[in-house]
Amino acid sequence: MLRRESTGPAFRLMSKPDAEIVQFDNVGLRYGTGKEVLTDISFTLYPGSFYFLTGASGAGKTSLLKLLYLSQRPSRGLIRMFGTDAITLPRERLPGFRRRIGVVFQDFRLVPHLSAFDNVALPLRVAGVSEREIARPVADMLDWVGLGDRRHARPATLSGGEQQRVAIARAVIARPDMLVADEPTGNVDPEMALKLLRLFESLNRLGTTVVVATHDLHLIRDVPESLIMRLDKGRLADPTGALRYPPRRAASPSPAEATAR
Amino acid sequence: MTALASRIPGLAAWRNRANGDVRLLPQGHLSGPMPWVIAIMIALTIVAAGSGLALRNAARAASADLEGGVTVQIVSAAPAERNRQADAAVAALKGMVGVAAVHRVAQSDLEALVEPWLGTRPGDDIEALPIPALIDVRLSGPAGRDRIAALRARIIPVAPAARVDAQAGWLAPVFAAIGALQWLAGGLIALLALATVASVLLASRNALGNHRETIEIVHMLGGTDRQIARVFQRGMAVDAAAGGMAGLLLGLATIFMLGRQFAPLGSGMMGAAALGWSDWLLLAAIPMLGVALAVLTARLTVLAALRKML
Ligand SMILES: Nc1ncnc2c1ncn2[C@@H]1O[C@H](COP(=O)(O)OP(=O)(O)OP(=O)(O)O)[C@@H](O)[C@H]1O
Ligand SMILES: [Mg+2]
Repeated sequence: MLRRESTGPAFRLMSKPDAEIVQFDNVGLRYGTGKEVLTDISFTLYPGSFYFLTGASGAGKTSLLKLLYLSQRPSRGLIRMFGTDAITLPRERLPGFRRRIGVVFQDFRLVPHLSAFDNVALPLRVAGVSEREIARPVADMLDWVGLGDRRHARPATLSGGEQQRVAIARAVIARPDMLVADEPTGNVDPEMALKLLRLFESLNRLGTTVVVATHDLHLIRDVPESLIMRLDKGRLADPTGALRYPPRRAASPSPAEATAR
Repeated sequence: MTALASRIPGLAAWRNRANGDVRLLPQGHLSGPMPWVIAIMIALTIVAAGSGLALRNAARAASADLEGGVTVQIVSAAPAERNRQADAAVAALKGMVGVAAVHRVAQSDLEALVEPWLGTRPGDDIEALPIPALIDVRLSGPAGRDRIAALRARIIPVAPAARVDAQAGWLAPVFAAIGALQWLAGGLIALLALATVASVLLASRNALGNHRETIEIVHMLGGTDRQIARVFQRGMAVDAAAGGMAGLLLGLATIFMLGRQFAPLGSGMMGAAALGWSDWLLLAAIPMLGVALAVLTARLTVLAALRKML
């Protein structure tokens, strides 16, 4: 901690070239001219880790995730993602970054005029994967979330839980480097919630960094190796010590971290 | 975990490609007013362009006819003196270089020409009327100012009553009027193009507004501005192509009917106004230019609007 204060962020960033997948440094966010909804947010996410983000309603979970999936720029602070400064990232490089991030939106955000199948296929089509290579994985994924027989259904004709499962299928179909899920189990029964959690875990085992925002403490208990971030009125608490430098559990500590320890 | 296990070959390579072809938005072509607007614009443009081309052809034909033409009039009340001066002028002209042909219009022809106005009642002495003698001169080149001056210098000494005029000079006001009409046609075409751009711009903005949410989602999934713009472009291309076809048929039919209306007005200038094959080709290219303009406008509008989104 001392080291962190005595050296500038630039030095620290340079000393750990690509150990972290995401790094926030004194990030603040305000919407328009309102008061800050996120204040002094500093943390590091390591590749292959599984994070839960908790906090009361209105604490700023969705706002923090928006910064993570690059739908919002912070009002201040530094953000690095995939080894690149995300603040000064030129607009035309955003799509390439976003294709590495799978997002489950709190309000699903399915495309209303597309079928469940086409919604799930969307990230692959955007990435230019050919139709021939899309059909199988998308069908398999829909089967797996229990919507194989609803593949032609429009979102409006699906139940909330079904929409949520389509949203999750769409977020993981392209096997992103990072999965960001906002209350992904809010609308499904506990059994399905557990099943979806297993999906996230298997994705995590394949190397994807997972960040799940949830109120559901049962869910958190189901992933014992997970790290917890807690937001309280826009400020970050660190109950598991996951976010300290160096973190209590990093996927692969770099030499720089070893010396810092 | 079959879902994740089924491999998607080539995904990594595709990931940073920005040109996946995606059906992102509902393709609601041919339902809105766009094809009709384009059809009307194209039809009006074709009529304006057709008229402009016909006027140009008429003016060209006429000026080619008149270019080397010079009229010499001998204005004298005394028939004997008139004849003498006319003969002297013809003789002088025949010896000049650059004069291709000299033709004295027979006095009887002139009388026949003025007869409808003056009448031929028995006892009228048409010879008593001061009808000028007319000499039609054809130069080998255009009848410019100095050529006319040279002719004058040669004729006036032998025929003091002579008046020498370039034939094109008489028609100068007609040419000026035709020129003005051509500018009018050009101006109309420019205004029509502007109106087309404006309506495509409005339609594109409207479509963007309607699909804003989908566009945001596609952006979040890593879709590029070009991918999104291409969807709108394609929609506009289909609309504009349909409208362009209809406009082409409507415009050509109008020009054809106008041509039939004008044909009986006589040979002369109207015959010369007929459109050549290159003119028809140009008219047929107007819908294609219209489609290109519409698609380009849609593309630029959408890209400009997307650039304001994160
Ligand atoms: N677009 C916005 N414009 C203005 N204020 C916003 C906007 N989005 C969120 N806020 C405010 O920011 C604060 C944090 O909201 P946020 O959605 O991040 O909370 P949350 O932790 O996700 O809550 P929940 O658990 O209910 O989803 C709230 O006070 C909210 O009113
Ligand atoms: Mg939220």
